[in-house]
This record gives sequence, structure tokens and C-alpha cells, in this order.
Amino acid sequence: MTLLSVKDLWVRFPTRQGIFDAVRGISFDLGKERLGIVGESGSGKSMTGRAILRLIREPGIVEATHVSLNGQNLLDLTEKQMRSVRGKQITMVMQDPKFSLNPVMTVGEQLMESYRLHNPGGSRVEARQKSVEMLEAVSIRDADRVMRAYPHEVSGGMGQRIMIAMMLIPDPQLLIADEPTSALDVSVQRQVLAIMDGLVRERGMGLIFISHDLNLVSEFCDRVLIMYAGRIVEVCEAGKLHEAQHPYTQGLLNSLPRLDQPRKYLDVLQRDDAWKDAPLETGQ
Amino acid sequence: MSMIEIENLNIWFGEGVDRVDAVRDAAFSVARGESFGLVGESGSGKSTILRAITGLAPTWSGTIRVEGEPLQGHRRSRAFYKRVQMVFQDPYASLHPRQSVDQVLSETLHLQGMKDINKRVEKLLQDVGLGNRFRFRYPHQLSGGQRQRVAIARALAGEPDILLLDEPTSALDVSVQAEILNLLTDLREEHKLTYVMVSHDLPVVAHMCDRLAVMQQGEIVEVMTQDDLRQLRARHPYTRTLLDASISHHDAG
Repeated sequence: MTLLSVKDLWVRFPTRQGIFDAVRGISFDLGKERLGIVGESGSGKSMTGRAILRLIREPGIVEATHVSLNGQNLLDLTEKQMRSVRGKQITMVMQDPKFSLNPVMTVGEQLMESYRLHNPGGSRVEARQKSVEMLEAVSIRDADRVMRAYPHEVSGGMGQRIMIAMMLIPDPQLLIADEPTSALDVSVQRQVLAIMDGLVRERGMGLIFISHDLNLVSEFCDRVLIMYAGRIVEVCEAGKLHEAQHPYTQGLLNSLPRLDQPRKYLDVLQRDDAWKDAPLETGQ
Repeated sequence: MSMIEIENLNIWFGEGVDRVDAVRDAAFSVARGESFGLVGESGSGKSTILRAITGLAPTWSGTIRVEGEPLQGHRRSRAFYKRVQMVFQDPYASLHPRQSVDQVLSETLHLQGMKDINKRVEKLLQDVGLGNRFRFRYPHQLSGGQRQRVAIARALAGEPDILLLDEPTSALDVSVQAEILNLLTDLREEHKLTYVMVSHDLPVVAHMCDRLAVMQQGEIVEVMTQDDLRQLRARHPYTRTLLDASISHHDAG
């Protein structure tokens, strides 16, 4: 079953130098699966995630044949209707916890607010209980101390885990995770991804995992879209990423340092302008 | 001679029930020209050590010696900042949004008491592979990798001996990470720099560092060489977990 369907999505920004196309006509479908979107910064992967949630503000322009969630075209909804989609049906874990957490509220207050917003009848005690539970679910050892802490008092990795805890409180259908684990170290990355993985399976959620980390994506997703300059240049089965054909995908893979291959310089990706206008791939 | 010597270093934050012992009894030394890595999970205290060295973590005890001179408290002399500079993790947060690249670098050069500021700005931009056309841009007109290059140029302005690198590439794309790591390799050679690099990415540390300390919950559990790391010779179980995690990473797919 298709949870989300995106057809011919464009995101444009007018600039002094003319219109800049951040996303250039991409199409993909998502079932109850884990879809990875990989690309460098500027490839339009985050813009795709934001466009789905209609988070692109004026003067940005979003155009598409449709962006539908369970058959409902999100582009037709009013801003008010959209607010009930965000959080409850589709939620997003943003890139940087430093900008996503409120710096003048304690972590506990923020988590509890999120719970009570989506469960208006819930009591404070319940809210607190659920918040502590979610913090523990994202492997935070001393949840009680963290509840009292302000965002600047926790490390970056912990901040991101708090964000994930907060986003999962409303029990959404689709989670868009925009580089959720880039700030975490390998061991914690796995824990966090295992948590997200569990949610997708147990609750039948869809996951769009936006990342620049090819290895991570190949491990934790079913399918991967590779984006370059606002287009999908390649669609791979996650397990077969290393057999990728596109020179861009190969270049990304080769630019990673490896434990088993010492070398003085890392390979730097050589870009080819022809990639920008290559025929469209779709993830449908 | 050791560039940096650290003994019995304890760093803590907060008081009473909220006291967190971020670093406990840490000790290591870094030789001149060496590149030393600190790895561990977030919250293990690796960045905190760098912050204590530069005076950004006020509550610490123990000994920190830089080029033989012991440091005290959290005040550092001008001469200290000429010798030791830091590159932060997040180039989006570490550059002033209202200052152009030229202002950032000129001001730093001025504060470091340099002459010929105009020429030096050009030279710095060249050193980090940016070129003069970036000189009058503001941070929002730069990509993440370009910003990190500016941050590196700023750190190099005072011609330091030691660069403290706090996850310098973790906010960047892999392709850009490769460029920045290559740049750091070159700069270390050209300017005879000593690096202390914090990272959670073992392959990156193996690529950049001669030796490394593995930290867990504020303690250094193991100091190993690059070769140990590449041959997967871990003595401490925690190091092994880290290694396992980054290896299965590579074999994936």
C-alpha cells in the first residue's frame, strides 16, 4: 500500500540571480518501508522532506502534480488542516538539535508539552511518565537529570536523541528523519537507528531517512534514492548500494576513509556537469 | 619535547545533585608534530578536554602543560592563543553571521598583532583553498565545507603550533569531508602543526591520527596507535565495541 506518493515535485527559490531550482521534478512512492534519500548538502534532499510537510516558506515555491498521504493531496489542504497533519501524521526530526530545541525551556517541559499538545486530556503525571519513558527508549541513562536540564547542558548527541523522543510521542504514521544521527557516534547511532527501525516495524510507520552517510543508509533502509543537484540520479536496493552504477554514487562511496585501506589522501569527488541534466529516475 | 601534557585531569560541571564529572583522571601527552585523536561516544568528555585546554571549561583540576608551561584556571594569555587554536564542530555556529570572511579574518589577524593584514587575508584564503573571490562573502553565502575552510583559516591566522580540532568534519558531507581532511593533512605538513583531533568516527581518526585515546564516560580507557587501530588490536572491551560498530558499517551492502 502506498502511504506517500510524490509526483513531479519542484522546489524553487527566487534569488537576485534568477530562480534557483532546489528540487527539480522528482517522483517517488513510499509504502510502509524505510526509504533512504542520500546526497550532499545542496542536493535537495532536505528540501524534499520539508516540501512534503509544506514547511517551505515564502518566497519559496513548491509545485507538484501531487504530494499525497493516504490518497489525500497535501498541497490542497489549508494551513490549518496542515497543522493537524504535522506531528500527528507526519513528523520530522531535523538536522540540528541546537536549533530545534527551545533554549529557554528544560528538556522535560518540552517533552511534556509535546505530549499534552497531542493528548489534550492527559495529566501532568502521565506526560512526565511518558516523557521519561521516551527518553529511556532513546537510551538516555539518567532520564531524570536530563528532564531537568536545559538544551545547552546536554551534548549534541543527547540533544538529537531528545528530539527523536519528542517526535515519537504523538505516534506518527510517517517519520521524516533529516540527518538524525549525523551528530552521534557510531555506537549510539546504531541504538537510535534500532529504535527507529523498531518503530517502523511495530507500528507500521513509514520512514524517510535523509542522510549523507551511504553506509548507514544502506544498512538501515530498504530502498535508497540518490540525489544530485535536485534530481534523483539513481535508485538502488539498499543492499546493493555498492554495486551502484552512477559515477556520483561511486564517488561518494570512494571518498570515505576506511580502516583497512590506509592512504595519505582521500579521493575527492570529481563532478560532471552532465549529471545535472541526466534523464530523470523515479523512485516509484 | 611534548607539546601537550595532561596529567590527573578532572573536569566537572554543575554542583550538588546536578554535578557531572565530565572527565576523570585523564592523562596523555602529544609530541611535537604529532596528530593525536580522542574518540568516544557523545558525552564521554572528549570535547571537554579540548575546551579545558583552551580555557572554555572553568572548573577543572590536575595538570595541563602546553609546550612545558602549566596552565591555570580558565584565563589564557594572548601568547597562548597565538600558539593554540581551535576549530569547532559546527561551521554554521562558529562564524559570525553578520561578518564577512574578510572581517572575520582581518579582525583575527589584528587581534593577533599581525602586520600586512591585507596580504595575509589573501594568503590565508589561498592556504585553505578558497581564493580571493570568497573574501567579501558572508557565512550564509558559503556552503558548509567553505565555512569550515574559513574557520580553519581563522584558526591559522595567528600561525599557531597546535590546532585543536573538535569534530571538524562531522557536520559535512562525505565528499566535503574528504576535501577538508586532505586540506588538514597538507596544512599539518606545511605549517608543522600538532593536532589534537576529537572525533567519533574511527576510520576518520585512523586516517588522520598517529595515536589515539579512547574515552568512555569521562575516562580514558585505552591509548593506541594508528596501527593498532587498523589491525583491530583493541585491549579494552569498549574499544572493541566501537571497532565492531565501524567495521560492520563498512561491510554493509
